[in-house]
Amino acid sequence: MADGADTSKTIGDVPVGLGDDAGNAGIVVTQTVTVAEPPGRLPLESGDRLGPITLAFETYGELSHRRDNAILVLHALSGDAHVAGRHTAEDKRPGWWDMLIGPGKALDTDKFFVICSNVIGGCGGSTGPSSIDPRSGEPYGIRFPIITVADMVEAQALLLDHLGIERLLAVMGGSMGGMQALQWAVAHPERVHQVIAMATAARQPTQAIAFNEVGRQAIMADPDWNGGDYYGHGRPAKGLSVARMLGHITYLSDEAMREKFGRRLQDIHDYSFTFSADFQVESYLRYQGLSFTERFDANTYLYITRALDYFDMTRGGRGLSQVFRDVTARFLVMAFSSDWLHPPYQLKEIVSALRTTHKHVSYYEVASDFGHDAFLLEREKMEGVIAAFLASGVRTYHFAPGRPTFRASATSRAAVTDAAKADRPSPSSGETEAGGASAVAERRPRLRRRWGRK
Amino acid sequence: MRRIDYLLIEDWVPRRATVLDLGCGDGDLLAELIEKKEVRGSGVEISQSAVEACVARGLSVYHGDLDEGLADYDDASFDVVILSFSLQQLRRPRLVVREMARVGRLVVVSFPNFAHWRTRGQIFFGGHMPTSSELPYEWYDTPNIHLCTVRDFRRLCAHEGLLIEREAFLRSFEKRAAPLPLPNLRARIAIFAVSRGASTG
Repeated sequence: MADGADTSKTIGDVPVGLGDDAGNAGIVVTQTVTVAEPPGRLPLESGDRLGPITLAFETYGELSHRRDNAILVLHALSGDAHVAGRHTAEDKRPGWWDMLIGPGKALDTDKFFVICSNVIGGCGGSTGPSSIDPRSGEPYGIRFPIITVADMVEAQALLLDHLGIERLLAVMGGSMGGMQALQWAVAHPERVHQVIAMATAARQPTQAIAFNEVGRQAIMADPDWNGGDYYGHGRPAKGLSVARMLGHITYLSDEAMREKFGRRLQDIHDYSFTFSADFQVESYLRYQGLSFTERFDANTYLYITRALDYFDMTRGGRGLSQVFRDVTARFLVMAFSSDWLHPPYQLKEIVSALRTTHKHVSYYEVASDFGHDAFLLEREKMEGVIAAFLASGVRTYHFAPGRPTFRASATSRAAVTDAAKADRPSPSSGETEAGGASAVAERRPRLRRRWGRK
Repeated sequence: MRRIDYLLIEDWVPRRATVLDLGCGDGDLLAELIEKKEVRGSGVEISQSAVEACVARGLSVYHGDLDEGLADYDDASFDVVILSFSLQQLRRPRLVVREMARVGRLVVVSFPNFAHWRTRGQIFFGGHMPTSSELPYEWYDTPNIHLCTVRDFRRLCAHEGLLIEREAFLRSFEKRAAPLPLPNLRARIAIFAVSRGASTG
């Protein structure tokens, strides 16, 4: 535990926490909740419906009495709800963003209530293709409906309703998590005070679609994939492994690979003159691929990469600044210099669109050799600006008193699902929100100044 | 003690204007403008720690290099664009000033006047590169690579077709000075407000 203000770092004159003696998030338990039960099934962007939906989630810290300290953390392609802490004292590795979340860390769990949930379509406890379809009693397989990033967000909104959290101090994520964060700001502007989007894009770039397609083809070419019906009798480990190896390359960088592996050989002194994994980089990728198949479902890989590829905030022909027009959140957009999956220009595009309408947005570029994965690694270069941004968000967060809050009750599910449907933005209308007025930032009258000559 | 150059710039910025501060540092000027003039402001800054400081103060800031230009910004998208004491550190000062005039309706530039008599004296009598409170660096480690004078800046404005709307000259950051005759000889600090002129009423 951080002992208080003595050790906490200040940036400028502003204390931002980040004690030197930051602790860890401790032992956490993955919880589940079931929402969108029929007939209140969640309407999906595809027009299909999904329900009931089980959501796996973890929370850290305590929700304040005013329910104004909640931060929703959003995971990337291969992530899950286990973002920090350990499940058991013996766990070798903590959650995937443990470096940022815990007492005295950037997301200080002594101050903030941090939530992370596995996305729908996932395989970390939330409803996905490996879940049992209640209509057939069999796993969904590829009968699971196609889901999108917007659908993931709507499912998370149901979770927040369940937790009785009306408004978030921040939504935050990298890569696909960043896409969800952006989507949150647009789909539920009244529920989001701050957005931290890193190593992401407002639309999935062509190159990333290309890589995803190769990954999917590798899975579907594996005979063990069997049209998606492999549950109970094996799994397409070879295909998924290749998909992961390919994906992993895109998360690194030329510098990172050279630095980490060079041309070094693995456990041998000379070439073996065979096709075995002579090079460390080969051995590393094979290991990454193989271990991934033990924790990840191949069909989920298909579904989530599809959701990524379909992500395009400008779909329907609207310009990005137009998409962000009604957004009220404050933004921190972070890029990483060597990220070639989402290079800085893609983040700058988001900043530029927000700036056009004078939204509150800050852009921060981390100089790093770690490529796309930098957002999971560069603690020291990230935590200062994140803590600073969250601290400024606390100061600017005005909780609207007297507004009804959702009760943490299972009975509100159906009603909430309908509300979620109404909130979905459509190309024809950007103003479907009702009752969000209190959260709308004061719009200062735009000045049209005529400069008199002196 | 509040900086006199900031007070002057504050005077020139209309209430509730949209303001872009290039090379905003820790955001002192921006924070003041937001507080006093209720501007909607944002900054650009290259130093990582300065960007963090701005974010901590709740300012909107862009981590970037001014020399890369302002291509991301639309024409006339700000009422005022400020370049406070950074002109002399730019690799491409002319491009940046031109871009400022494109993006902002009013351009405010302040810089150390290299033709101040003490500066001239140090070269003339001392035979060494001048240093002063505004130019504290030795020649070998100075970030100031494009120093200019009051006359130089006026000539740049003429070349760029920029109209000088206002100008102010100071002998220090701390003391408000009486109007200075012969500013190119007597001012340590120059502040100009310029515009493209043609489109103004």
